[in-house]
Amino acid sequence: MTPREGIYGLLAEFNTPTDLVRATEQAHQAGFRRMECYTPYPVEEAAVALRFHKTRVPLVCLLGGVMGVTTAFLMETWISVWSYPLNIAGRPLFSWPAFIIPAYEWTILFAGLSAAFGMLALNGLPQLYHPLFNVPNFRDGASTDKFFLCLEAEDPRFSILETRAFLENFAPVSVVEVEL
Amino acid sequence: MATKSPIDDPRLDSRTGEYAVIAPGHTFKSVTQKIAGLVLTSNTPLGWFGGLTVAGGVATLVIIALTWLFLKGVGIWGVTIPGAWGFAIINFVWWIGIGHAGTLISAILLLFKQTWRNSINRFAEAMTIFAVVCAGTFPLIHVGRPWLGYWLFPYPSTMNVWPQFRSPLAWDVFAVSTYATISIVFWYIGMIPDFGTLRDRAVMPFAKYMYGMLALGWRGSTRHWIRYESASLLLAGLATPLVLSVHTVISFDFAVAAMAGWHTTIFPPYFVAGAIYSGFAMVLTLAIPIRKFYHLEDLITLRHLDNMAKVMLGTGCIVGYGYCMEVFMSWYSASHWEFFMMWNRMFGPMGWAYWCLILSNLAIPLTTLWSRKLRVNVVYLFILSFIVNTGMWLERFVIVVTSLYREYLPSSWGTYRATKWDYMTFIGTWGLFTFLFLLFVRFLPMIPISEIRMMLPQTKIRPGGADAETVVEETI
Repeated sequence: MTPREGIYGLLAEFNTPTDLVRATEQAHQAGFRRMECYTPYPVEEAAVALRFHKTRVPLVCLLGGVMGVTTAFLMETWISVWSYPLNIAGRPLFSWPAFIIPAYEWTILFAGLSAAFGMLALNGLPQLYHPLFNVPNFRDGASTDKFFLCLEAEDPRFSILETRAFLENFAPVSVVEVEL
Repeated sequence: MATKSPIDDPRLDSRTGEYAVIAPGHTFKSVTQKIAGLVLTSNTPLGWFGGLTVAGGVATLVIIALTWLFLKGVGIWGVTIPGAWGFAIINFVWWIGIGHAGTLISAILLLFKQTWRNSINRFAEAMTIFAVVCAGTFPLIHVGRPWLGYWLFPYPSTMNVWPQFRSPLAWDVFAVSTYATISIVFWYIGMIPDFGTLRDRAVMPFAKYMYGMLALGWRGSTRHWIRYESASLLLAGLATPLVLSVHTVISFDFAVAAMAGWHTTIFPPYFVAGAIYSGFAMVLTLAIPIRKFYHLEDLITLRHLDNMAKVMLGTGCIVGYGYCMEVFMSWYSASHWEFFMMWNRMFGPMGWAYWCLILSNLAIPLTTLWSRKLRVNVVYLFILSFIVNTGMWLERFVIVVTSLYREYLPSSWGTYRATKWDYMTFIGTWGLFTFLFLLFVRFLPMIPISEIRMMLPQTKIRPGGADAETVVEETI
């Protein structure tokens, strides 16, 4: 754990996604890595500028789906063949075509729940407190109509004065310090 | 034929030549204020209270009917032998079919990149969930001993008794419970960014607190958004086969039985198309008064209504094909019982239901929806949505009842007559549905704010930015 004192980073506010993407790209070029964009809707270009391409959500979803189909099919087989064998109109105990349907539904159930909760887990949510919520203009704009770039203090290139001067180059609406 | 030049129509987008998805002139702030304002306002419209009172009053019917049912048993219903399936199954299939349009709009149209869906997908999903709530009530109460409903699920009981997985009724449990779960998860995940907006814009501490809890700390980080978009696409990709499978499984309840009129392979596609047909009708029933009442004509435009009417036209044609094939197959099968069933369905004592269904599902909509003038006529569409949903209810009535009441042995012929308890339960679920829906439009964002923002022209990124830095152009 890093000590909970000092500042979290410097937060620059922009009016348009174009300005945000330009600043992010330049910050990456300048060697910043510990940074993040905050937008009121998904801006894919910002993710490109952050070099964030791959998410593990699809993998989690796939694993969930495989688990669902296996669980359901094995459960049905075990129940119908060994645990509780019933003669239903002379059909074989191992009636695999009929077992496909519940197995299909559980594939979707497990995969869907894995995608949803996997996404939340990978995002570290729920996390009700975050230093950014201390910043008044972030609360006003980040979920409405403003675009933010936060260069975090943990980045080795970070220094309050130089980083602030660097961000001022992009003519942001404001640059504020984010307190922890 | 002289056609009016579409250029003159003020509702058309001059660049694309189509009806505008949302009206021009909106900004990120204006759409946010408009939609969040509906929820965060302290002036609840008086009409909302009136609607809630009426809907709540109607919903009490279902409470009364169910109380009596639990005291007396299913004997208070009109079901008997040979008509052992009655209103409970009809209403179950009808309600769950209505729900399917919500999933279609939120999932299938997302995969097809139909951005116009963004305005209507949230309340279509809400409609799905409330329809599933109403639908789920019926199988539960018709089992006779609903307090033992958990026996339907595979759980390790001390009696060592397990479900029977070769039965379509067990498949139903899996299909409908999965459908309800995934629909709720998809709906909630879709609302998280909007809860973030509401948390940041709420003034009342209680609203701030509640929306803050629901938002789970969402802060719009780009990495979060990318994972979020990935999860949304995956959920859409999973919900698409799910919605098709749910009504397919429901049609198996009928198709697997060796009953004339039920035992047919066309049921799965024909049920799915019918579900989407009635569901879009229900979306129109809800969208038309909502856009008027909350002045959302800018966001739910005539283009939305026109597109939904087109989907209804398409699915209505599939349903029409299904009806024709049923008639054809009853002749082509050369089965005496199939032939008699169809004759009885059309000209027997309950033939009126069949002809009413043909009138309201085929004759009226499929002749008029070809006209664009009628497709953008709000009043006409509103009336038509009721006609189609009546027709779709009659379709399930015809399938369930007319196949059963005159079955193989003439000595066991009977009839089916619903009792007042049947009607009370059914009408009560309308009240329940409306009640839940009114709570939804008051307390949750009924239009996805973040998705509407994505449809604005301001989202366009100009490569290179204002002063055209070359590095940016190379890398983006």
